Amino acid sequence: MDILIGYVNYAIALATMIGIYAIMATGLNIQWGLTGLFNLGIAGFFAVGAYSSAILTTAATGKHLGGFDLPVVFAWPAAMALSALLAWAVARICIRLRADYLAIATIGIAEIVRLVLKNEQWATGGTRGISNISRPFEDLTGMWAGLAFLSLVLALAAAVYWLAESGRLSPWGRVVQAIRDNEDAARASGKDVEALRIQGFVIGAALMGLTGALTAHYLKFIGPEATDPLQITFLVWVMLIVGGSGSNKGAVLGAALIWSLWSTSELLTSRLPGEWAHRAPFVRLFLVGLILQFVLQKFPAGLMSTGARNTPSKPKKPSSRNTVHVLPPF
Amino acid sequence: MDQALMFVNAYLIPGLVSGSIYALGAIGLTLLFGVLRFTHFAHGDVMTAGAYLALAGVGLFGLHPIMALPLAMAGTSLLCLGINHFFYAPLMKRPSLVLTISSFGVALMIRAAIQLIYGVESQYYVRGIQKSREVFGTFRIVDRHIWIGCSAVALMLALHLLLTRTRLGKAMRAVSDSPDLARLTGISTTTVIRYTWVIGGSLAAVAGVFLGWDGYVHANMGWDQLLPISAAAILGGLGRPYGAMVGGLVIGMAEELSSYPWLGGDALLSPGYKTGVAFAIMVAMLIWRPNGLFGEKVR
Repeated sequence: MDILIGYVNYAIALATMIGIYAIMATGLNIQWGLTGLFNLGIAGFFAVGAYSSAILTTAATGKHLGGFDLPVVFAWPAAMALSALLAWAVARICIRLRADYLAIATIGIAEIVRLVLKNEQWATGGTRGISNISRPFEDLTGMWAGLAFLSLVLALAAAVYWLAESGRLSPWGRVVQAIRDNEDAARASGKDVEALRIQGFVIGAALMGLTGALTAHYLKFIGPEATDPLQITFLVWVMLIVGGSGSNKGAVLGAALIWSLWSTSELLTSRLPGEWAHRAPFVRLFLVGLILQFVLQKFPAGLMSTGARNTPSKPKKPSSRNTVHVLPPF
Repeated sequence: MDQALMFVNAYLIPGLVSGSIYALGAIGLTLLFGVLRFTHFAHGDVMTAGAYLALAGVGLFGLHPIMALPLAMAGTSLLCLGINHFFYAPLMKRPSLVLTISSFGVALMIRAAIQLIYGVESQYYVRGIQKSREVFGTFRIVDRHIWIGCSAVALMLALHLLLTRTRLGKAMRAVSDSPDLARLTGISTTTVIRYTWVIGGSLAAVAGVFLGWDGYVHANMGWDQLLPISAAAILGGLGRPYGAMVGGLVIGMAEELSSYPWLGGDALLSPGYKTGVAFAIMVAMLIWRPNGLFGEKVR
């Protein structure tokens, strides 16, 4: 009986994380899959959402900013809004950049967010992070607490999926995909390319902020090293590429597939003896990297082909007038 | 006088040292961009690989870090050729962003492999206090800083000669200017690409070894350099090796000098935010002069 309960609890935990990652992958799909914006700073927006919600809902401790004691109904939208605000500020400056420049810029943003969280102890508790975050429904008995939280996460994920899918099929979705495929043509037909790209970036980042808040409340703790930021970003990218970028269904499917693999393989490797159990996570990370390379080479469209072009069009090569010279300038 | 001494020892020299390290990394990044037209996100982790290869040499044979350089350069070049063969070459016909995504994956794979073999603890080439010597009777410079500075200058000179005096260098510049025209004139792009990987990989290895020598060797050290070396490459204009040298020095100096107490009392910027300086410079450049300091005025 105990074993059964253990399995059920594991299944609940697995499904909860899949729900959270599905929202994150959908957010990335809106940014990359639909709008063609290369965001490698997912962890930064995730962290902003996590810390905002944690600060807004915890009691005063003196170890970090807090004491607002707000219910999550207010804190989660606030977390989304703050992530969106950061994304808006970044996008205002960087959205015109070529895709790989934007990627470097988002890495920078994530890095700066991490530095702020680590250095500004008065607000974030520094390296010790914020603990005692409340989890909705945690007063229920037995597995009901987990089940109730899971239902909440899944309901949110379903709502996000529905919104993203109707967004994709709406005129807005068609325009951003047109921008992704051919920016000049979209501009020529009178679309405000920059505003639309900023919208795509901000919506995606708001969803990433929401997942940060969900994770903080789920784990009841958040700290700068609580999760390897690069690992989150990487996993979400693999989920989207494997699922098929451009497709919301693919994003959700990829999240379910990759997280199940990631989590069940951890279950297996944790039984390895001593030193090997410590090193196993790196083998898993390496294998996920191989999966990414395999899918990139053999299944360019991912599992869920959208029928249309799945990879944003080739960025404009510097034209011959503008070619970058290797010749010495002096 | 004390003030000036502290300025030189605690800010100027560290700035020059990290500047030359950034420059070495940025040159590889920029050469690869010129020839392959994609930003190699695994370049920082290639540096890490070089640092760990040298660590193996130092640990196994008791080599001086400088003596371990050839080993690290050769190993890293092989690693780069392997990565290119298995992961990048099959994607060459696809949009360049696919290559960028692939290189992000490669970065994580290199890091994971290193963590698997060496674990996550920081390691050192040499322990204990380093010898330092007096220069001009006033400044004290640690031996390794002299080594790092001189080797960096020597390598950059060698690269300059290679680019300007050899057929290979000319071919590289030609491919970088126009891949199609270069192919028409009979230059084998595949060969040029391979040599670019060897050169970029070797320079990254040197940068990694110097970085580890000046501080410690850690699996994350390379990824953390990606931001400053990209900033340096962008500052100099992507595709321009000479720009990358200048860019590296500027970024290194700016990072160190940003925490100098310019306005009296406190550090101008808390040293915890050093990385932010590179980022700020990069964003400013991207907005106002995306083609780099020496590039033509924006399109």
